[in-house]
Amino acid sequence: MTLKECYAALNGDYEEAMGRLRSERLVQKFVLKFLEDGSFELLCRSMEAGDLSEAFRAAHTIKGVCANMAFSALLKSSSQLTELLRGGDMGDQAQELFQRVKVDYAKTAQAIQAFREEAGG
Amino acid sequence: MEKITDRQKILIVDDSEMNRAILADMLDGEFDIIEAENGEEGVAMLQKHGPEISLVLLDIVMPVMDGFGVLTQMNKYRWIEDIPVIMISAERGSSHIERAFELGITDFISRPFDALIVHRRVVNTILLYAKQKRLTAMVAEQIYEKEQRSSLMIDILSHCVEFRNGESGMHVRNVHILTETLLNALLRKTDRYHISQADISVISTASALHDIGKIAIPEEILNKPGKFTPEEFAIMKTHSMVGAEMLENLPSYQNEPLVSFAYQICRWHHERWDGRGYPDGLAGDEIPISAQIVAMADVYDALTSERVYKPPFSHEQAVNMIVGGECGQFNPLMLECLEECADEIRQELAAGGEQRRSQRDIQNMARELHRHKELTASERSLELLEHERMKYSFFASLTKEIQFEYTISPPALVLNSWGSEKLDLPEALLDPYQHPEALSIINKDVQSKLADALHSTSPGSPVVQCDCKLTIKGEERWHRIVARASWSSEEPPRYTGCIGKAMDIHNSRLQLENLERQASHDSLTGLVNRAYAKKRIIERLEDRPAGRYAMAILDLDYFKSANDTYGHMFGDEVLKFLAERMRHSIRGGDIAARVGGDEFLIFLEYKDDLEGAIEGIYSRVSGGVYKDFAISVSMGVASTQEAGCDYDSLFRCADQALYVVKHSGEKGHYNYYHKENAIDTATSAVSPIDAESKEESE
Repeated sequence: MTLKECYAALNGDYEEAMGRLRSERLVQKFVLKFLEDGSFELLCRSMEAGDLSEAFRAAHTIKGVCANMAFSALLKSSSQLTELLRGGDMGDQAQELFQRVKVDYAKTAQAIQAFREEAGG
Repeated sequence: MEKITDRQKILIVDDSEMNRAILADMLDGEFDIIEAENGEEGVAMLQKHGPEISLVLLDIVMPVMDGFGVLTQMNKYRWIEDIPVIMISAERGSSHIERAFELGITDFISRPFDALIVHRRVVNTILLYAKQKRLTAMVAEQIYEKEQRSSLMIDILSHCVEFRNGESGMHVRNVHILTETLLNALLRKTDRYHISQADISVISTASALHDIGKIAIPEEILNKPGKFTPEEFAIMKTHSMVGAEMLENLPSYQNEPLVSFAYQICRWHHERWDGRGYPDGLAGDEIPISAQIVAMADVYDALTSERVYKPPFSHEQAVNMIVGGECGQFNPLMLECLEECADEIRQELAAGGEQRRSQRDIQNMARELHRHKELTASERSLELLEHERMKYSFFASLTKEIQFEYTISPPALVLNSWGSEKLDLPEALLDPYQHPEALSIINKDVQSKLADALHSTSPGSPVVQCDCKLTIKGEERWHRIVARASWSSEEPPRYTGCIGKAMDIHNSRLQLENLERQASHDSLTGLVNRAYAKKRIIERLEDRPAGRYAMAILDLDYFKSANDTYGHMFGDEVLKFLAERMRHSIRGGDIAARVGGDEFLIFLEYKDDLEGAIEGIYSRVSGGVYKDFAISVSMGVASTQEAGCDYDSLFRCADQALYVVKHSGEKGHYNYYHKENAIDTATSAVSPIDAESKEESE
């Protein structure tokens, strides 16, 4: 699997990421690094615990990273969740969006894992 | 584009490690990157690295302290003036961005960002700041030089005028200070007159020229001690117009603000608010504000200065006279200013404005030094000074001493940090004499003794030392205080305070006391030994030779058999037992001592009933048993009345009396020495070994 194919699998925009980071080496480095980022776990934990401000911060961080990496699908759902949480909403709508983020994250993580296995192997 | 030579430090503050890594990667190779994962860490980094940091990349949403918190701190400590901040955030709300710019950020980059843009903006910002710093330095240097030169010229000129007027030489200086103070007060009160800070500085400088027209007034009139005739007064009044004309006729500089303000001041500083001044009879705000202010400053200083025709008025009197309209009418708003800043005026005048000026000079100098890369002489001395300070505080932190500095005016006590912690007091304490916790540490007598000692030192030998107890956190401990008085360099020198330290000598003092005790006491019984008893007795006898004293020498009967029968350990126990009895049978001022072996001594003072006292002691000491051993004591007593008022006679006579008992064949009683019964002086009850030691000790 190439980096480009990985981007396709996670519904991202490879061209945009290349435009930003200017080198395939960097894009690859940070795509792989994405799996190490703890923000998603933090989001899950704080959504469960009902900790609004932490949840907001975690969603906000995911959104920022996705924007830079041009992970378009996850960027979209995490942005929406960020805005809901910013408004103080942790109700049904937020929970629904959170499920969406989970799905997008899983998809993104899967694609990256698959890429890593091939690239690393 | 200029090339950046040194590797600059960039601080990245972002809670996401990934974000920091991306940014660091974009800038790596050209910059040294330091990272912080929340605002608080960021502030700590700024504190640690200070101006070494060339740029901060700052996220907004972070745990513990967010980006706005960091900016607030940077404003508080004024780091924001020297360290540019680029904010990077996914926040797009314009209110966020606006707030960030208001807090002083240089640039805002929104996420997602482009590596090229981040890199470019970082480099640009750093270069811009470097250039700006250089320019600021250059401009400041030039302005400073120019200002120095022009104010020097103005000072010379105005002093010439003053000299001719026979004024004190302080007038120009005072008017300058008053003008500046009053203008600042006016600026705080109203923006009606459109004065800027820069105007205040120029007007204050120009105020020095208010009387230059006086050089055209004949000296006889100018310095006439009595009242002016109407003709003379008319001539005198021309000085304001003459001064203005002199300035107007200057060939160039007409556009200089200094010259135009000086013109206003010269011409109209004798105008009054109600239109009754001269030369033009302007009224109200027709009179330029510069002239109004200088007019008031001029009047105030004239009132508070001594003149040939009047004594100086006090500050309060002068203010009351001006407000009361005794020197003509002034702008009501300015009268308010005068009243409001009355205290400030008094302080500023007392301080002579010198401090302010020199402070400004120092600031300027410091800024200069800071900006020059090469090591100039004064920078080197500053560095040495800094080095000394560092050395001092390092050693101070090691010594575990309380170090202090006390100044009388203002009354303040400064402690080193170790001392402050030890004493549980703040490092700087204003008015320590009003501070109950500080006062409770050192007792009042010691305080005043120490203060007296310091006051009576001289600049030639300013050091005093005293040992005293300090109460530290509820515990009394011996300390040695060494202090050096500070004397001013004027004649006669004035005591201005002191510096010093207090060392804890508690343990060594206790050790010393212990040693003294060991040297003076018998280790077995705990009673004082013979040598010490002798010393004390001699002191007592010499101290009050008229007193009545007696000495008793005691001998434990059959002690040898106790030793032989029960062993030496038992013997020692008996001696201890007897010593304990002796201790309990004497009064506070009496002395009980072990002479040696089984012989003891009691020295007492009595009023008239010696027999009663002796009987009391003897009955308590002798008789009864210790375990199976019967305690029987023989005792010889001599009084100063019978034996004479010196130690040797007392001892000898008591010894003789004891001898008589011992050889009477009937031990276990006591006997008085009487002159008439004196026997051979060589006879002694004290055993030979003791007699020997007696010789030695004498």
